[in-house]
Amino acid sequence: MEPKSTSQESWQLQPGFTLADRYLIQSVIGMGGMGAVYRACDLHFPNVVKLVAVKEMINQAHDPVVRQTIVQNFEREANLLATLDHPAIPRIYDYFTSNERSYLILEYIKGKDLEAILNESEEPLQEERVIPWAIEICDVLNYLHSHSPEPIIFRDMKPSNVMINQHNHVVLVDFGIAKQFQIGQKGTMIGTEGYSPPEQYRGEASHLADIYALGATLHHLLCKRDPRLEPPFSFGERPLRKINPAISAGLEAIINTALQYSPEERYPSTQMMKEALLKVAQENGMLPILPSNMTKILDSEEMAKPIWTFHCQDEIRGSAMCYGTTIFVGSYDKHLYALNAQNGELIWEYSAEGGIVSRPAYHEGNIYFGSEDTRLHVVTSRYGRINWTYYTNGPVRSSPTIVEGHVFIGSDDGFLHAVHLNSGRRTWMVEAGSAIRSTPMVEHDKVYFGTESGDFYCLDFKGNIKWRFKAKRAITSSPVILDNVVYFGSLDGTLYALDSGSGWVIWRFRLGKGTISTPCVSADLIFMGAIDGVIYCIDTRTAKEVWRYTTDHQVTGSPILYKEAIYCGSVDGHLYCLDCSTGRLRWKLRTEGPITATPTVWNDMVFIGSTDHTLYALKA
Amino acid sequence: MKGIIRKLFSPNQEAEIPTQPLDMNSHPNHQSGGENPLEPHQLVVCCGQSIGRQRNHNEDALFAMTTTLTGDNRVIPFGLYIVADGMGGHQHGEVASGVAIRTMATQLLNKLYLPLLSVKPVSPDESLQEIMQSSVQDAHIAILKQVPGGGTTLTAMLIIGDQMTIAHVGDSRAYAITRDGQIDVLTRDHSLVKRLVELGQLSKDEAAIHPQRNVLYRALGQGEPFEPDVKTIHLPGSGYLLLCSDGLWSVVPEHELYQIITKAKSSEEACKRLIEAANEAGGPDNISAILIRLPG
Repeated sequence: MEPKSTSQESWQLQPGFTLADRYLIQSVIGMGGMGAVYRACDLHFPNVVKLVAVKEMINQAHDPVVRQTIVQNFEREANLLATLDHPAIPRIYDYFTSNERSYLILEYIKGKDLEAILNESEEPLQEERVIPWAIEICDVLNYLHSHSPEPIIFRDMKPSNVMINQHNHVVLVDFGIAKQFQIGQKGTMIGTEGYSPPEQYRGEASHLADIYALGATLHHLLCKRDPRLEPPFSFGERPLRKINPAISAGLEAIINTALQYSPEERYPSTQMMKEALLKVAQENGMLPILPSNMTKILDSEEMAKPIWTFHCQDEIRGSAMCYGTTIFVGSYDKHLYALNAQNGELIWEYSAEGGIVSRPAYHEGNIYFGSEDTRLHVVTSRYGRINWTYYTNGPVRSSPTIVEGHVFIGSDDGFLHAVHLNSGRRTWMVEAGSAIRSTPMVEHDKVYFGTESGDFYCLDFKGNIKWRFKAKRAITSSPVILDNVVYFGSLDGTLYALDSGSGWVIWRFRLGKGTISTPCVSADLIFMGAIDGVIYCIDTRTAKEVWRYTTDHQVTGSPILYKEAIYCGSVDGHLYCLDCSTGRLRWKLRTEGPITATPTVWNDMVFIGSTDHTLYALKA
Repeated sequence: MKGIIRKLFSPNQEAEIPTQPLDMNSHPNHQSGGENPLEPHQLVVCCGQSIGRQRNHNEDALFAMTTTLTGDNRVIPFGLYIVADGMGGHQHGEVASGVAIRTMATQLLNKLYLPLLSVKPVSPDESLQEIMQSSVQDAHIAILKQVPGGGTTLTAMLIIGDQMTIAHVGDSRAYAITRDGQIDVLTRDHSLVKRLVELGQLSKDEAAIHPQRNVLYRALGQGEPFEPDVKTIHLPGSGYLLLCSDGLWSVVPEHELYQIITKAKSSEEACKRLIEAANEAGGPDNISAILIRLPG
């Protein structure tokens, strides 16, 4: 009856194999560190299909005394389980040991475990779904904890050990017998990492350990952050309602109590925890949920008021630029405006022949900007008088970058133009194959930019291509370089980090949707919007999300960082001010049209243009 | 002095080296490469291993490969360094650490180095972090298959150009040592005790003698799902990088590591002194160290 095992890969029982002349193995339904769990058909019931679960444990101890002790412990626990009688505990039909393998024959539960249910769900599980299960888990744990003569500690509460059967009821599986089979000194992992309380690592496990692990399980279900991927005991660093604002404060409080570091600060019994859960369930059921009302109240409190506004004839889609006490901004009404930054008074206006959707640049008394009239315009900063213009063969939507006596600017004509500042003449132009709407970045004598066909180029100052990278869709987002890493986003839904010397991809971060927003990089953090409406904060070293803030529409503008705060506009019409380390909303400004521009900060003031034809100035 | 003491000193013996690193005393600061302002970095690397004074077999494994990638008027340093510490008590700790190193190195060389080395260099489709990530996964799966129940730490450092990418699981460590007196741990121990220290539940001194200081909560070959720490850091301009197993760092305090490394006349001497210091402190565990000297 011993299955053949020819190699280490084929130690599993194969479908069709009959175990103990009775259990016809059908398939593997689970894998543990100690062996597999199989679905089998009990052949003692020839006229019906009686399914059983066969749990296999392989004894890994070499020492004969240790081996013997392990088998004895297994049999003692199996006998104990045979005495249990609860609807949420599978029945044990049989157990036996053969050579190094021991088997438990258990009731087969038709259903799914909570880990599978969570994996199938895009979102965290809903509170209304989780609370009834939590109450049932409390019930069965209470049954185990009040077992006489000795309480039984489950010890291994986690989503994969809780089955939800076809009637939506809880069944606990895996009574931790397998643990007896684990041996070792250094690095032996005790309990399930992630869900176990601190004291369990010290070898102490009372019923309060199960309460902690239940709290950890509920936390995982409700925020979909796997604690096994996080350092132990770090739930406090992932506040539930911050990750999933839909959770009620009452439920969050219950889970926080269950997750207390010190056992004596948790619920003293599962009965108490159950009562608290019932109370929250009642409260939630009785009070109608009015999330939209609550949002509205918050809005009015956190809504910012502008210091001044300036109205023009058409949409402001581009970003403003400040120099001295003057703010310069272009509009779709074809004008570039110079305003007094303190009070918004018009100083001068200059008329181009096409819309201005980019950010102007200042250099030695002149303002440089591109227009959809295909030209790069250069006007004096003081009076707005034209100095010279430079023609490209397509609308200019890229913003100029001025370095080393040259202005670098892209055009929809598919060329990057390097224009000499003194002569206004072209030094060179490089064909990029498609429109360039990103702003060129210049660092260490190299020019970096992306194109609408998804190419990203690194040129030297002579216009030679040093390297090239291809994204799957357009790169409208402008590159930013820090510590020899170039960051940019693409409409293919990826934020890229490339080695600026070689173009090799260091990491990629998947956004919910594409982006044309330009990243904002500080020492360890990178901020960026995307058209999924989210403002992301990502760790530059690990490429892991630190926080996210969801707005009500696309985020096509770019965030900026100023004094610990992130300022970013959204197509939902708001300018948001968020705490840069937590992503918490500080305030927002409502405008009458979508915001696609990037804010500008000067002298503790923030400036933002909106498609409602208005430039707003606020206190930062 | 009890037990057998073996010491192996093998600078750069772990892999074939297409381009030998230059001798540390004569490495050039500049390469006359036209207008290219990039200074080619030269890495000088030494390794040391010892079984320690209290164990009878070695469960540590290490890999060090230092070379360059040449092309387009510039030379890019390429280095791959791995330390793995197999778990005692688990079956075949030394097998697990060996499997981890071999799988990791093979994957990285196949996915990254060989395509870049070929006459027509091919940039990989995956990002460096994704390649590191998937190579660690492959090593994890290889251990699950070949050494079921076995476990090992793994700290791997990939240096390409100005960036170093570190993949890390367990309690081996990577340090950055700068000449201005700083020694920084670049990795986070996946050990219970470290976590308790982070939570303020244990002091550093208590942690050093805690009976469970060897208990890891994450290790290769153990537990699912499994995710290594992966990060990319801009290479410090000068100084040293050190990769080592806990056989070194748990008995030689940081300030002493710093003193040994910065006072030694050569990398070979520094490496030798590090191993000696761990043995002089009792040598309770296997000791492995890879010392990388940065230019400048």
